Amino acid sequence: MARLDTGFGWPERLGSWKVRWGIGRMNYIVPPGLYAIGQPNPDDPVVVTANYKMTFDIVRTALAGRSVWLLVLETYGINVWCAAGKGTFGTGELVRRVTSTGLARVVRHRRLILPILGAAGVSAHQVATRCGFSVQYAAIRAQDLPAYLDGGMKTMPAMKELTFSLYERLVLIPVEVVLALKTNLLIAAGLLLLGILAGGPAAGLAMSAAYLGAALTGIVAGPLLLPWLPSPSFAVKGGIAGLIWSVFFYLLAGGSAWNPPVTMAVFLALPAVSAYYTLNFTGCTPYTSRSGVKKELRLGLPAMAAALLLGCVLLVLGKLV
Amino acid sequence: MKGFHHLKNVATLELDQQTCIGCGRCPEVCPHGVFALEGGKAHMVKRDDCMECGACALNCPVKAITVDSGVGCASGMINEWLRDRGIVRTGDGSCG
Repeated sequence: MARLDTGFGWPERLGSWKVRWGIGRMNYIVPPGLYAIGQPNPDDPVVVTANYKMTFDIVRTALAGRSVWLLVLETYGINVWCAAGKGTFGTGELVRRVTSTGLARVVRHRRLILPILGAAGVSAHQVATRCGFSVQYAAIRAQDLPAYLDGGMKTMPAMKELTFSLYERLVLIPVEVVLALKTNLLIAAGLLLLGILAGGPAAGLAMSAAYLGAALTGIVAGPLLLPWLPSPSFAVKGGIAGLIWSVFFYLLAGGSAWNPPVTMAVFLALPAVSAYYTLNFTGCTPYTSRSGVKKELRLGLPAMAAALLLGCVLLVLGKLV
Repeated sequence: MKGFHHLKNVATLELDQQTCIGCGRCPEVCPHGVFALEGGKAHMVKRDDCMECGACALNCPVKAITVDSGVGCASGMINEWLRDRGIVRTGDGSCG
């Protein structure tokens, strides 16, 4: 069995930074199995986690200076929360891993400590029935494990309170930019070409810049400004951020010289693009529900499509008048 | 969750108090404090904060809780919708 070092240095920092930017993100893994932190004896606690290396590093570092067993599940390099949603951080894998590592012969007790966000994939009573181990959901963050272990395995209210701070939102954004990059560059190139054909190089550049700005507003500004943008709806939040970008673009690109149809087109189409991308950020938050997103899509998508279409029609009209 | 709330009156979460045995698992697993244990039974005290992760339903030993849980991002759901209608065949409906 591997005994783990609990240090966190430049290789881990660089590794985290790379996956945040989508570099080798799906292959940042550690082998699943049972690991020893410190010098654990058969009475020491068993902590369960995922095999995404960023998750593994956070847990391992949080347990520095202690003697703990670490049971790593095969989640194919996905974090606990997303893997629980997919079911890979789940009852089946947990029971399988307990059995294949011979955990019952390694420890005398029959308790497993799991992260609270893993509960969406693990059924505690089924684990107990199938392998005899009882599951305790400890905390949301690995950083709270020491306090949990020292405090008699009691979850304090703060340990189960979710947060979504500016920094927590910020670290999620790079990969969103990278994932949307290809589509957005293609659209921007298309607009550049269209603009050049219709009104010359300046028009082409203006159109692609306007679009890229709106997309970035939706992907970056919307999520960062989340608590300050009005309305609980992500589409509306994104639309408002997009309107602000439209005003900026109007001022930057000399909008006072545009005719009314073009001005209207800009103020309709750009917020629609931003609204779409901010709505898509619901997938990254820890508080939006599937039903909520469904409702937003049902109401928001037709509105965005209509605004975009009307914007295009107005742009053509503006070119003709 | 402090400072963050999505749409109201949309969650599909249901709790059957007749069936509930008051084991306390749902308040233990819910990261949004939707449930509270009072008088030996679970109660939904912040139903609008439910993000439909399904942890409570999965961990309820007597199946007293139901909720429609699943992928909750817009592009994932659009892909799912398109795939169900045979318009596209790629993507598994989520980001990774």
